[in-house]
Amino acid sequence: MLLDQLIQFLITGITIGAIYALVGLGFSLIYNASDVVNFAQGEFVMIGAMSAIFIYGAGVPYFVAILIAIFISMFVGVALEKLAIEQARNATVVTTIIITIGASIFLRGAALLIWGKEIYGFPSISGDDPIKVGNITILPQSLWIMACTALFVFLLRYFFQKTLTGKAILACSFNKKAAYLMGIEVKHMLALAYGISGLLGGIAGVLITPITYMTYGAGVMLGLKGFCASILGGMGNSMGAVIGGLILGIVESLGAGFISSGYKDAISFFIILLVLFFRPAGLFGKTGVERV
Amino acid sequence: MRLVGLYIFLAVTIGLGLLFPDNYYVSVVGSTAFFHIILAVALNLFMGYAGQISLGHAAFFGIGAYTSAILTTRFNLNPFVAMSAGAMLTGALSTLLARPILKLKGHYLAMATLGLGIIVHIFLVQEEWLTGGPDGLSGIPPIKIASLVVDTDIQWYFILCAVSAMTIWISLNLMDSRMGRALRAIHGSEIAAEVLGIDTASAKAQVFVLSAVLTSIAGSLFVHQQAFISPDSCSFAFSVELVTMVVLGGLGSTFGAVFGAAILTFLPEFLVHFEELEVLLYGAILMCIMIFLPKGVFVSAVDGVMHLFQRRCVRDVGSS
Repeated sequence: MLLDQLIQFLITGITIGAIYALVGLGFSLIYNASDVVNFAQGEFVMIGAMSAIFIYGAGVPYFVAILIAIFISMFVGVALEKLAIEQARNATVVTTIIITIGASIFLRGAALLIWGKEIYGFPSISGDDPIKVGNITILPQSLWIMACTALFVFLLRYFFQKTLTGKAILACSFNKKAAYLMGIEVKHMLALAYGISGLLGGIAGVLITPITYMTYGAGVMLGLKGFCASILGGMGNSMGAVIGGLILGIVESLGAGFISSGYKDAISFFIILLVLFFRPAGLFGKTGVERV
Repeated sequence: MRLVGLYIFLAVTIGLGLLFPDNYYVSVVGSTAFFHIILAVALNLFMGYAGQISLGHAAFFGIGAYTSAILTTRFNLNPFVAMSAGAMLTGALSTLLARPILKLKGHYLAMATLGLGIIVHIFLVQEEWLTGGPDGLSGIPPIKIASLVVDTDIQWYFILCAVSAMTIWISLNLMDSRMGRALRAIHGSEIAAEVLGIDTASAKAQVFVLSAVLTSIAGSLFVHQQAFISPDSCSFAFSVELVTMVVLGGLGSTFGAVFGAAILTFLPEFLVHFEELEVLLYGAILMCIMIFLPKGVFVSAVDGVMHLFQRRCVRDVGSS
């Protein structure tokens, strides 16, 4: 009985953890490319989800609507880089944080203006009839979320390790000047990194909405969780962010199930604090060397 | 010379208070601005001087506010005793947390303080028997100085003006003390400061505790002024707002923090007239200021004036 419960909670945890992983991946991508912690990451998720809901509602076929929505959040990512981050090239870390916070408020304001304060739902990819395995039930959407996350993590890995463009982005993250001297268009690579990050957010939003619904302000908490995931794994470590996201989801779900649902977020933040006290650079992060 | 700014601040604020005591923007919005000024100057001690970051200062505000609210409504304690209790509780908690948290750097420190803030907020929402849950606590008595009950807007205006001036005075003096120089050295480079013999861990911890305690006192004053407190007043969004004030005005400058606090208090009052566009415009203005004046409004303005002045001096010398 207890084992069944445990497995049930684990499935819920992995589902939501996979979403955190996608958002966290976006975080670490942008951090790697431009040393910016993008607090508007959660808004990418919200915009992807809201666009999909409304394009589908306008009568566009399901998958086409999803595709357009993902492109919209990708476009928002590129626009953020071109219009804001690139303009503030010489700003300090704290200043860029405030710029991205401003961007997130701006995007939330835009969403409020276009879509209002209502809570919206979105149909699942393949129905809402739960699959029963013994005493355990799984929503088909959960399986889709896990599969899609796995697929995109794999694709992203392939992109960064095997393709020339992916390697060029990595080169920019190691040393922008050297990358520039090697003939890499650093500017385009940064915009591309933001675009991919927006794309990941959009996918996360489209996938999670059938389970949790969406409002104009729902991006804030999702963004924070993504930040947690990437910090937990070690800032800038992509695979760390994925594992961090999964751990976070599982801790949250177990905490909500066995301890208290009201305290589930407090429990995950508490675990993160504990991890940071003992590993100040996250689970898989390298401790940096400061130049004097 | 050091205190010239403070005298100007006092002259302007007292003047406004005396000239327009019944004006809504002076007595009511002005009082809120003073709260933000106290909080921003306190946060600037930690962020601007020592070069650290905190996304969880609303937690200390909440601890001060709720301690005052609970002790005065349930136990009928004197507001000043309750305020000191809140300050001591915040002091103890921040001392306890300072060492492990301040070991962290940059984004990890941001994460840890953010986590701290959210944990405190969730506690305030969940423990209904103590904090009144999401609805908060109401019926908090006003403060009494001698036999004078402080309950009108303009009385609060002058009291908060005095507290703001005191906070600014502490900040200006600290900047020029041994401690302030140590903190600025840490801001430059922590390792270099350590090599020069500064006990960086304890310097950071001290300024963190000072900043937290000042924040807690502001929280206590806030509940007596509002007669009401709810967890919304100490949320993550409020922590972010405080950081924004400090950076917007100009990180590392006391009067930068004052300007940032004033701007972010009056801006929403002005934007309210745009109704649906309010949030959108707020975000856009924030972004534009930070993109075009990355050092902050006040610091950029001062730099600009100095630059003009210097150029004129050079020209004068050249022509003579």
